[in-house]
Amino acid sequence: MNLKLKAVQIRKDIVTLVHSAGTGHIGGDLSVTDILVDLYYKQMHVGPELVHDPNRDRFVLSKGHSVEALYSVLADKGYFSKEELHQTYSKFGSKYIGHPNNKVNGVEMNTGSLGHGLAVGVGMALAGKMDGRPYRVYVVLGDGEMEEGSNWEAITAGAHYKLDNLTAFVDRNRLQISGTTEEVMTQEKQEERWAAFGWNVLSIPGNDIDAIDAAVTKAKATKGKPTVIIANTTKGCGVSYIENQVAWHHKVPTDAEYAQAMQELQAQEAQYE
Amino acid sequence: MNKIANKQVICDILLQHAATDKDIVVLCSDSRGSGSMTDFAKKFPKQFVEVGIAEQDLVSISAGLAACGKKAFAVSPASFLSTRSMEQAKVDVAYSHTNVKLLGISGGVSYGALGMTHHSATDIATLGSIPGMRVYLPSDRFQTAKLIEALLKDQDPAYIRVGRNAVPDVYSEAQVPFVLNKATLVRDGQDVTLIACGEMVNAAKEAGALLAKQGVSARVLDMYCVKPLDKAAVLKAAKETKFIVTIEEHTMYGGMGSMVSQLVAAEAPCRVLNMTLPDAPVITGKSQEVFDYYGLNAAGIVKQVLAVRK
Repeated sequence: MNLKLKAVQIRKDIVTLVHSAGTGHIGGDLSVTDILVDLYYKQMHVGPELVHDPNRDRFVLSKGHSVEALYSVLADKGYFSKEELHQTYSKFGSKYIGHPNNKVNGVEMNTGSLGHGLAVGVGMALAGKMDGRPYRVYVVLGDGEMEEGSNWEAITAGAHYKLDNLTAFVDRNRLQISGTTEEVMTQEKQEERWAAFGWNVLSIPGNDIDAIDAAVTKAKATKGKPTVIIANTTKGCGVSYIENQVAWHHKVPTDAEYAQAMQELQAQEAQYE
Repeated sequence: MNKIANKQVICDILLQHAATDKDIVVLCSDSRGSGSMTDFAKKFPKQFVEVGIAEQDLVSISAGLAACGKKAFAVSPASFLSTRSMEQAKVDVAYSHTNVKLLGISGGVSYGALGMTHHSATDIATLGSIPGMRVYLPSDRFQTAKLIEALLKDQDPAYIRVGRNAVPDVYSEAQVPFVLNKATLVRDGQDVTLIACGEMVNAAKEAGALLAKQGVSARVLDMYCVKPLDKAAVLKAAKETKFIVTIEEHTMYGGMGSMVSQLVAAEAPCRVLNMTLPDAPVITGKSQEVFDYYGLNAAGIVKQVLAVRK
C-alpha cells in the first residue's frame, strides 16, 4: 500500500469531517495522521475482523482530542460506515463522541482526559506478558499532555516491568491550546527525560512515514525495555494555513478555507498517485 | 471477639479462587501489608502487580489489565483511592466499563489519629456520584466473604470499603442472609427503622436490642449496598415504620443518609435523621473514640431515637 497517499486521503477525510460537523481538534488530527496510518495500515495486527481476537494489537489514543483522525482511519479500515460517521459525528445521541468512546467498534478505551492512556497501556502490556500473548500495545500521547504528572507514574512502571511489548509515541508538535509548549510549560529534552526513566528512546521526523515505520520496526526488535518514539511533527501538517498556527488547535474551517484545504490536499494526492 | 479483619477475609477468598482462576489479578500501591495482601503476593506472584506509591497509575493499570480479560482488584487505602484516583475511577473504570474492583482498605476513620489525610469519610460521595460505579460497605467478615464471592461472578465496576481493624460479627457462620444489592434485615420492627452500613451496622443492631428493652420496636437494615441502594427496602421502611434513622461512618453530605433522604422525600415522605461524622475534620482519636464522641454508637442511636419519639 502507498502509505503516503493513504495519509493524504485520511487528511481529506479529517478536514471534511471537522468542516461538516463544525467541531474538532484539526491541528492535532493532522499532526498525528502519519503515525496512525503507519500503525493501522502496516505495523499493527488489527482489523475489523479481529476486534474480538485476544491476540490483536492494542491501540490507545491518549491524546483523545485527535479523535477525528482515529475515527477517519477506523472508518476507512471498515470498522464502521464512513457515511454514518460523517452524518452523526458529535450530533445529538451519536455514539461518535468528540473523544474516543469504546462503544465505537475498534476503540479499545475511552480517553479524553489527558494522562490516562499510557498507564492503561501499561496494564494491557502486563496482561499480554502474564498470558504469554504475542500482541503489542501502542499508545499515542501529545507533547502538551506530558505536563500531566500521572504519565510519569506510568513511565516509571513501564520501565520497571521491562515492557518491551509497549511502544509510546509523543506527538511533539510543540503547540498546545494556549501557545507553544515552551511558553506554557517547557517540554524540552523529552528524549533525555524518557531515557532517564529507562526507556529506549527514538527521535524522528514525525510526519515522515518511512521514518515512523523504521522506528516502529526498531521498537519491535528492542528487548527488555519499552520504547518511546518522539515524533517531531508539524501541527496541522498538510494544510498550509493551519500548519504551526496556535489558533488552529480546534478552529473549524470556513467554506472558503475548506475549499483551499481540499485543493492543497488533492494536489498532494496527485503527487503520490 | 472476632479478630479477623474484613480485608483479611477478602485476601482469603481471592487466595481460594486464584489457584483455579488465573485471570484474578491483585494490584497494590505499596499497600500489600496494610491491605492484608502479603499472602496473595507470596503465593501468586504472577497474579500480583506492585505499582508503588502511585494511586492514579494503580487504577489505570488495573483498567488496562481488565480491558484484556483480567479480573483486577486494585487495593489501596480508601482515602487515596477515593480521591487521588477519582478521575481514573471515573474514566478508566466506570466510563470505559472495565472489570475493576476498587478495594478501599482502612476506610472511614480507621486510621484514627493519623488525621484527615488518611480518613475516607467522603468516599461514598465521591465514588458514588460516578455513573456506573457501585459502592459497597460490608458490615462484618461473613458478609464480606459473601459479597466478594458475588462480585467475582460479575464483570462490572465496583468500589468496596472495609475498615482497618477486626469488627464484631453481625452474623454467624451458619447464618449469613445475603442477596446481592438487597439490604439485609438484621432485626424487624414497627416503630422506627435504623439503616446502617459498614461498621455502623453492629452499633445499630445493639441499639435495636436496647430499644426493645425500653418498649421501642426498631427495624434494623444492613444497607451494605449503598449503591445501588435497596430502594424497595427503604420505601417499605418509610411506609411501615414511623421514622428512619441512618447511621454511617461518612460526612453528612452525599453519603448513604443523603441517598435515603432523597428517596424518601420524593416517594414516601417520613422523617429521616442522618447520624454521620461532621462536615469538618474529626476529633483526634482511635476510631471507636471518634465514634463515641459523635454519638455513632448504640447509646447515641438510642438517644437519638428516643428524642425523636417524644
